[in-house]
Amino acid sequence: MSANATAITLSQVDEQRARADARADAVFRLVVRGAGLFVLAALAGVALTTLWGGSEALSTFGFGFLTSTEWDTVGHKFGALAPIYGTLVTAAIALIIAVPVSFGIAMYLTELAPAWLRTPVSAAIELLAGIPSIIYGMWGLFVFVPIMGRNIIPWLNEHVGDIWIIGPLFRGPPLGLGMLTAGIVLAIMVIPFISSVMREVFLTVPTRLKESAYALGSTTLEVVWDVVLPYTRTAVIGGIFLGLGRALGETMAVTFVLGNVHRLSLSLLEPGNSIAATIANEFAEADSEIFRSSLIALAFLLFVVTFIVLAAAKLMLMQLAKRQGTT
Amino acid sequence: MNATPAMSSADVIAARLYMRRRIVNGIGLVFAMASTLFGLFWLAWILWTTFSRGIAALSPAIFTKMTPPPGDAGGLANAFYGSMMICALAIAIGAPIGIAAGTFLAEYAKKSRLGEVIRFVNDILLSAPSIVLGMFVYTVVVRTVGHYSGLSGALALALIVLPVVVRTTDEMLQLVPSAMREAGLSLGVPQWKVTMQVLYRAALPGIVTGVLLALARISGETAPLLFTAFDNQFWSSNVGQPLASVPVVIYKFAMSADDGWKALAWAGAFIVTLFVLALSLISRAILLRNKVPND
Amino acid sequence: MTDVHMSNVALITPAPGAPAATASAPKMAARNLDFYYDKFHALKNVSFDIAEKKVTALIGPSGCGKSTLLRIFNRIYSIYPKLRAEGQALLDGDNILDPRYPLNRLRSKVGMVFQKPVPFPMSIYENIAYAIRHYEKLSRSDLDARVEEALHQGALWGEVKDKLKQSALGLSGGQQQRLCIARAVALKPEVILLDEPTSALDPIATGKIEQLIEELKERYTIAIVTHNMQQASRVSDYTAFMYLGELIEFGDTTTIFENPTKKMTEDYITGRYG
Repeated sequence: MSANATAITLSQVDEQRARADARADAVFRLVVRGAGLFVLAALAGVALTTLWGGSEALSTFGFGFLTSTEWDTVGHKFGALAPIYGTLVTAAIALIIAVPVSFGIAMYLTELAPAWLRTPVSAAIELLAGIPSIIYGMWGLFVFVPIMGRNIIPWLNEHVGDIWIIGPLFRGPPLGLGMLTAGIVLAIMVIPFISSVMREVFLTVPTRLKESAYALGSTTLEVVWDVVLPYTRTAVIGGIFLGLGRALGETMAVTFVLGNVHRLSLSLLEPGNSIAATIANEFAEADSEIFRSSLIALAFLLFVVTFIVLAAAKLMLMQLAKRQGTT
Repeated sequence: MNATPAMSSADVIAARLYMRRRIVNGIGLVFAMASTLFGLFWLAWILWTTFSRGIAALSPAIFTKMTPPPGDAGGLANAFYGSMMICALAIAIGAPIGIAAGTFLAEYAKKSRLGEVIRFVNDILLSAPSIVLGMFVYTVVVRTVGHYSGLSGALALALIVLPVVVRTTDEMLQLVPSAMREAGLSLGVPQWKVTMQVLYRAALPGIVTGVLLALARISGETAPLLFTAFDNQFWSSNVGQPLASVPVVIYKFAMSADDGWKALAWAGAFIVTLFVLALSLISRAILLRNKVPND
Repeated sequence: MTDVHMSNVALITPAPGAPAATASAPKMAARNLDFYYDKFHALKNVSFDIAEKKVTALIGPSGCGKSTLLRIFNRIYSIYPKLRAEGQALLDGDNILDPRYPLNRLRSKVGMVFQKPVPFPMSIYENIAYAIRHYEKLSRSDLDARVEEALHQGALWGEVKDKLKQSALGLSGGQQQRLCIARAVALKPEVILLDEPTSALDPIATGKIEQLIEELKERYTIAIVTHNMQQASRVSDYTAFMYLGELIEFGDTTTIFENPTKKMTEDYITGRYG
């Protein structure tokens, strides 16, 4: 062994190749890192440009943009309360229907269905999520709206319309279009999202927990309600928030069946509007800078709200994943 | 002590309680099954409507004639062509960036802070309302250029493609055993080559699936195109100008009062739905077929 | 990948306490080697030699650091963050831990075969040709000849010569592992590191690999990690016994197995623990 070999014997070729490889590696690393940062930039870009585009409306109308229901395209006065209200109400209706149904589906698919049926049924439910939203819109407008107008709304008027407190919600003209219809269509659209999250998190419950409950004589419902649900609570809420995020931002389906009317009404059977539907319906007709800016401001508002909801959903889902990882 | 035939009062309460628990459980089980049927019911109904009305409106002219003015007969040829171009362009822009970003997450960032932040943001982008993404592209591109264009539509859709591809690439590369990386690197092959020539090949089915799923998502996407690609009555290959697309034409025609337009809208809806469902079935099949090897 | 975290590695200095298992200069050697997984001290002041054209076995209970030690010799550990080696690992007297030592040169001279066979998802032919192409621009016929030679050396040629274009994933586990050996050999390395190469294989495939090692040692210097003591005694000329990150005993295999000087070595070899 050479005792003093400070100089490493290198062939020229080796050194050149090593340098070329290192350079190519560095370039590759830089490129993929750039792409990774681009994802961050995209989200930041969406937030900043819609804020910038909507700044004219926000500064002109100030806080009133959020609290006024006035939507005067001729007099250039814009307030977003009606679409905000419509967005919230339709999303709420969607969740009221979709959450229990999704829970039922998840329970069926994890505890009840025979093994051979689980994959095809969950695949079919997930197909619902694959259908483009414009198809929901057309089906809603041409098939569901007439049925609502002809059958369901008259029935609601007659049987629910007089009930104390909730009655006024269900009194209205038999148009078929409106917030209840939109809410139902949204519910169908978010069921696959919520139910698949619930199904996945239900499957993370350790079998020994469930088995020990069954061994104590618990019924299936009791096991799901007392063992599975408490164990997965945060993630289930995360899944619901994920569905909420989808429902808030859904555009085309709602645009078809909501009626595009800028008015606040207590009745769920009256036509209304939502943020996304307003943008889709009116952008092509926006003939002034302030009109366009108002619509972009609406987009900014929608982005902020969905961001908060989706971030909360993700955080809650991550909590379960973290616990999975540590146990 | 003799066993009495009559039950004690405690027994009666216990039996009643047990009965009640069984009834509640029964209701729960019926509810679960009813929920599943409820979900499948809408799926069947919506597909039935789309297929029956779509097939009724189908004719060869759909693929050969241009979108007509109201009252005239016509087809959707220009819209199909426009959609194809916009989607192809969106994939061409979004998929490479997505694959690169997914590579960064799986191969370089791994569990680092930056990696976690990007994954978090990517998941939000994945569920962000598409109309907002369209508005973003409108503000940055359309307003700057001064007019609508197919390219801006493709950019908006690329933002939908991006997170889907990022996520699948990240997940699929993480599934490649680390021994594969070590084996490549132990031969002295640099990391970029190992990644592009060995790891991508191992993860290829998964990455392709991600791209197909992204294509399925954008091919029915309407909202962001309304104010980016807009519409065009004529056959056009110019992505610098407004371009027709099937979803936007469906929207316009379905909302009209013209019966010919409505029929065309159903035909378009049928074809788009068929395409999207086929894509999601194909991608599922690819995933299933490639689940077993590599261990 | 760069190895910035190793910049404090000292260049070669004479190693006074190095055990002299062989008379001539060793092909590879560890000198006062320490290794850390972040804060965990996995190797403690290890020094030993790997003699040229001999088989050196590293044995010891799991977690003793034998694989860690092997993985230092072609710096494969450096692809993971927070791993750090201190001291010297020598190849022909040069310290390979020196960041100036070019990685591709090291890895073309020191090949490695892993526990689980990992053929690349390409054809059998491409698996071998892949790395050769990175180093040399060869004509088609020259490349063919190199692939054939490598497959011969991997004792695989007879079994695969008619299906070179087929996917390597279709080979059996034992064949895949021999393909991995052929792949390492194709670069004409000087040293081959085998990290428990038969632990995922059945006895017959294991026998073939052991036979192959016997043949390969005429041309190559081999270091093998194994937890199968019979295997170590069958294939190796020298054996190093490790325990909890320390090199307990090193010597020629017959001595270690028949007449170990340390009580701990004897206990392990006779199966009293581990």
